Amino acid sequence: MIRLDCPVCGHRDETEFAYLGDATVRRPDPSITDPGTWADFVFLRDNPRGAHCEYWQHVMGCREWLIVNRNTATHQIDSCQLARSVFAGEATMAASS
Amino acid sequence: MTHYSAWSIVRNGLSGNRGWTRAWRDPAPKPAYDVVIVGGGGHGLATAFYLAKEHSLRNIAVIEKGWLGGGNTGRNTTIVRSNYMIPGNTMFYERSMRMWENLSQELNFNVMMSQRGQFHLGHSPAQMDGLRRRGNVMRAHDIDSELMDRAEVMRRLPYLDYSEKARYPIYGAMFQGRAGTARHDAVAWGYARAADRLGVDIIQQCEVTGYLRDGERICGVETTRGPIRAGKVGLAVAGHTSLLAAKAGLRLPIETHALQAFVTEPIKPFIDHVISSGAAHFYISQSDKGGLVLGGDLDGYNSYAQRGGLPEVEHTLASAMALIPSLSRLRLLRHWAGVMDMTMDGSPIIAKTPIEGLYLNGGWCYGGFKATPASGWCFAHTIATDTPHDDNARFTLSRFERGTQIDEKAAGPQPNMQ
Repeated sequence: MIRLDCPVCGHRDETEFAYLGDATVRRPDPSITDPGTWADFVFLRDNPRGAHCEYWQHVMGCREWLIVNRNTATHQIDSCQLARSVFAGEATMAASS
Repeated sequence: MTHYSAWSIVRNGLSGNRGWTRAWRDPAPKPAYDVVIVGGGGHGLATAFYLAKEHSLRNIAVIEKGWLGGGNTGRNTTIVRSNYMIPGNTMFYERSMRMWENLSQELNFNVMMSQRGQFHLGHSPAQMDGLRRRGNVMRAHDIDSELMDRAEVMRRLPYLDYSEKARYPIYGAMFQGRAGTARHDAVAWGYARAADRLGVDIIQQCEVTGYLRDGERICGVETTRGPIRAGKVGLAVAGHTSLLAAKAGLRLPIETHALQAFVTEPIKPFIDHVISSGAAHFYISQSDKGGLVLGGDLDGYNSYAQRGGLPEVEHTLASAMALIPSLSRLRLLRHWAGVMDMTMDGSPIIAKTPIEGLYLNGGWCYGGFKATPASGWCFAHTIATDTPHDDNARFTLSRFERGTQIDEKAAGPQPNMQ
């Protein structure tokens, strides 16, 4: 049983969450018309053995989207953050650089 | 190497069974081969066998990180069937079924193929419509399929829950009489022995760590037992395909997920067929030893850990109880997990890769075991002739960007839902 430390609700069982997959995949700029870029986005994944950054949603709790760093070989959880706070941090970094 | 026969059993029995010889050699790797197959499971060994048998190649090696059949070949629920509807799948799996029917004779090794028939249950009028449509597609391809109503299923499978309050009401079933089970280890061993007799070198305890390159072209593999040059390299490492492709610089439409299976304590003959349910996503059969072999859904998150989580244990056993209440007092003897290549459309890949010299067989999702003979046969054809056979022509890597996915379940590009 994986237990995630939801920043809003605390430690909860994996059965309260839904899984979406690789969180390093980002939607390309909508103005890009190259079909290959979009095919990569929809279909291709790194699928690593080891550290994996992934989306979970706390559907049976606060309904927040989370970004979890988990090891796919050992299931050790290294971090569990609100996706919106990760995105806000990225936006701040992008704006200041 | 002796030919196995009733006579060889009698002769060796009379001499105290001291006359049996090794079933295959344990050679050291040679510096170079015409073809190197990475992965000593059923698919890799079958590929080597058909390369030697059908295409007269003799200088072939199969390289295996662990031991033969120690990956998903030894971790499945041994079900063999050919009840697929989407073009690309239908005739590929039927080719496999026809090969299964003669496999013990072809390999001179008893793979214990047992065509006990498979019931795929329908739990709603809409599911029955779906099964009728699938069964009609199968019959149009000369594949056996029967649609059975509730009364007929009650007669054949009296132990299902037919009560008013059944969690999964039984409306009927689609029955494929030629479906069944086979002995998974025997498939790996049978192909290994048959390939070895045709001169294939089977090299165990030898992990591929990288590729030898000649410009862009791949011309061999780096292994823990030294470099091995090869005219062509074929990957048959489902579960770990992404990792070996990444070493060659390829990203694939695959996620790796864990799938669990279970065996109960042995009981007297009870379940005579394979029974599966699309609503509960559950399948069960009884092994020749008497244990009930059952399985369910993926754990649902990327995993290379060959062990499963408890929520899926509960879900699978709850499904078993809901369908067959009389299982409630049985104890589980073992449970285990294998790691699956889950593709973005739920169908496999047997194709040349964009990298010259590298060929890919993977993405088997839940369904690799039943595909073993046809997979090896088609992959051997693809490697030897550099063109796919008609039966694997649609299992390309390019189908995703071209929009020609083979999505039997219509789940879309979400591997944990396939």
